[in-house]
Amino acid sequence: MSSVPLSWYLIVAALLFSIGAYGALARRNAIGILMGIELMLNAVNINLVAFWRYIEVTGLAGQLFAVIVITVAAAEAAVALALILAIYRTRDTVNVEEIDLLKW
Amino acid sequence: MTAEQVVFILAAIVTLGSALGMVTTRSVFVGALWMVAVFGGVAALFILLGAGFLGIVQILVYIGAIAVLILFAIMLTPRVMGDPQAPRYNRQWPLVAVMASALASLLVALVLRTDWPVAQEGTPTIAGFAVELGKGFMTTYILPFEVASVLLLVALIGAIVIAREE
Repeated sequence: MSSVPLSWYLIVAALLFSIGAYGALARRNAIGILMGIELMLNAVNINLVAFWRYIEVTGLAGQLFAVIVITVAAAEAAVALALILAIYRTRDTVNVEEIDLLKW
Repeated sequence: MTAEQVVFILAAIVTLGSALGMVTTRSVFVGALWMVAVFGGVAALFILLGAGFLGIVQILVYIGAIAVLILFAIMLTPRVMGDPQAPRYNRQWPLVAVMASALASLLVALVLRTDWPVAQEGTPTIAGFAVELGKGFMTTYILPFEVASVLLLVALIGAIVIAREE
């Protein structure tokens, strides 16, 4: 058995998720928000791989799911950055407080 | 303390320290560089967990593609970086800080109180090698693999269409 207990990995992932949530909710820059979301996805991946390593050792589902999450994160980053560039071109800002076209 | 524990603690300090640097730094550009360090720390954790292939994928996709994409986007929106005096957080950030700390305490407390059903076998029977992963993707898990492929294709074409100049 590994000398590092499972709970250590889970605690690191929980702290990383909380820091990412803080970055995603508190930043004014849309790119900063996107970076916070990437941190949260990374934290989830740590959990998936840790559970695979300590609990579901005979299968592959944990790692395969982590690969899917990485793929979705890449797709999400590409679409989000394209949207940010399009908004910047028309509104001249990426500050989410000034992007209020849909606000009534 | 064993060598594995020392490596784990170093990787955890790099990951969490860089993450704190990322969300607190004033410049988004410096934040993106901190984010690269976070991704490197997470890759080290993957390798420590025995998922070497995932660690390499993490470095290739996150540092090689996503971080570079984000750096490009930051440089393509220069008027945001231009004003160093602009506040980095919105008005509700103290509330968000309290909420994030509460979430972290709750999660850590739950992790410590739960009795995890850790498997008794020594090492994983499948050591996370690329061969086994590839076989899994081509046999049992072919549906999620294809769905992810189509999702990535659609997302990238959509990104090109959205970002294209009129």
